[in-house]
Amino acid sequence: MNIDKRLIRKNSLEKLFDILKQNSKTIYAPFSKNGKITFRTAENFTAILNGYIQTTESSKDITFPRVEKILDFSKSSEGMSVKGIDLQNIPEVVLWGLRPCDAAGIGELSSIFNWDYKDEIYNNRLSRVTVFAFSCNKSDEYCFCTSVGGNPGNTVGSDILFTRLGEEGDFLAEILTDKGQTVVAIAPDLFESSDILQKEKYLADVPVRFNHVEIKEKLDRFFESEEWIKQSLRCLGCGACAYVCPTCACFDIQDEAHGKKGSRVRCWDSCGFSHFTLHTSGHNPRNVQSQRWRQRIMHKFSYMPDRLSVYGCTGCGRCSRACPADMNILEHLISIKEVTV
Amino acid sequence: MDNLYMPYLMRIERITYEAPGVKTFMLKFVDEADQDKFSYKAGQFGEYSVYGSGESTFCIASSPTRKGYIECTFRQTGKVTNALSGCEEGNIIGFRGPYGNVFPIDEWSGKNLLFIAGGIALPPMRCVIWNALDLRDNFREVTIIYGARTVKDLVYKEELKDWENRKDIKLVTTVDPGGESPDWRGEVGFVPTIVEKIAPSSKNTIAIVCGPPVMIKYTFPVLAKLGFSDDSIFTTLENRMKCGFGKCGRCNVGKVYVCKDGPVFTLAQLKELPDEY
Repeated sequence: MNIDKRLIRKNSLEKLFDILKQNSKTIYAPFSKNGKITFRTAENFTAILNGYIQTTESSKDITFPRVEKILDFSKSSEGMSVKGIDLQNIPEVVLWGLRPCDAAGIGELSSIFNWDYKDEIYNNRLSRVTVFAFSCNKSDEYCFCTSVGGNPGNTVGSDILFTRLGEEGDFLAEILTDKGQTVVAIAPDLFESSDILQKEKYLADVPVRFNHVEIKEKLDRFFESEEWIKQSLRCLGCGACAYVCPTCACFDIQDEAHGKKGSRVRCWDSCGFSHFTLHTSGHNPRNVQSQRWRQRIMHKFSYMPDRLSVYGCTGCGRCSRACPADMNILEHLISIKEVTV
Repeated sequence: MDNLYMPYLMRIERITYEAPGVKTFMLKFVDEADQDKFSYKAGQFGEYSVYGSGESTFCIASSPTRKGYIECTFRQTGKVTNALSGCEEGNIIGFRGPYGNVFPIDEWSGKNLLFIAGGIALPPMRCVIWNALDLRDNFREVTIIYGARTVKDLVYKEELKDWENRKDIKLVTTVDPGGESPDWRGEVGFVPTIVEKIAPSSKNTIAIVCGPPVMIKYTFPVLAKLGFSDDSIFTTLENRMKCGFGKCGRCNVGKVYVCKDGPVFTLAQLKELPDEY
């Protein structure tokens, strides 16, 4: 397939930003605050952060908010009445500046929300998102996208992928979808034709550390391994890994009521929490932390490939960066590869 | 488009006190159009909710052969079941479902059915018991072995009386040693012991077993000794759930979703699963 490749002058990005704003798009982009890099609404171009390797949190809360109303209810004399939420008010969003590993994560998240039952709340949000990913020109020791089928210039999940051609250079824009073409159509002068447009030499070098297909085959025989206990001895069960992950989708459903009105919300949860599987009776199928750590790895690298034909990891490395106990998923996957069963 | 999380509104038509802390609600759809669209099969479950207290998962305890209502039986244990327990007849609660797979009752025609239940686990089996009894001619012998900790803890006491009086059912009730009352006429002993004592024939028989983990653990070997194959033993699993349709990630046992691939499993299927239920 021929990808529509254009050149964007380095000074034109700001113009593109302004045109999108004029077209009533809400733009989410990375900002730095208190040592953390998160996606927030961008009001002007100059405040957007540049030069980061990876944002602290992924952008998944744009399509899967950490706390999201799923319906409203009110108390009546007989009990309750319920009302669905108005999905038409979800704004049109441009997700600006995420890395290719995060863009790839959108597809993995979507596969969870769309196998069998289709989650229309999620799909409605996603349908209003245009993804502008920016290729990586540098990486760190936590990155391992190339070990899970990605790469620093991966186009999967992006509507437009931008690659900076050199330190202070212009940008290659790969227009990958109809949503991407819609953007080109509203700012055609900014997307110039060009015939250079080779991005590979500008991309970060991320060495392949393992093969995810081999890890999956190993895991199919690894459930009873002692390695899970060894790896998870220092796990605090804090759930930080799940909260920063672009593909973790486990959630809780809770009611929030104030007087006679309230909402049912779904909120992020984590298989790392001890309460996650706890029965009311007190019985807990995953009673110790090693079982919960095993679930996290098995779900991403064995169960998801089996059930959904996708892996639940894009190699962004955030869980390792965020872990307060310095558990490193890359190291743990490599040791799973190396331990004999 | 459909909001998957939108519950039906259900009016509590009747509340039956079953045992200490255990009640059965008969629920009717507030909107008759919902009733017309709704159908389910024995073995499926739903999410029941009370204003402001959240949702809780239980099986539909009534048989799909009884139209126009559903029933659920729950024990007052946690936040939602406490709130449900505070409801009165005429109140409106939420219900969404049905979810999950079903007991393959159509495939059991011409067979003997052996139901074995313990304590509060009779409700998830009651749907299929009544379903079978309403189609009684399709099956040969029907045997129900039901035990609870004490006489007071036996649920569906009125129905147990009916079943006892019916000529076409063999009902055996038992209570744990020490749980009998002075006028108790049933068996005394744990369910696996009673199954061994009654020794129902495994020939052309389907066994449906549901109970607390310890009962299940000791009943399966007894059934194996009686000659039941792993394919002829069915159970319904319970795991904590939130969504009920394979998204929230909570009920996984290995790669299996209890909410989608279950809750009904054969013993042969259970043996394939890791020990995480």
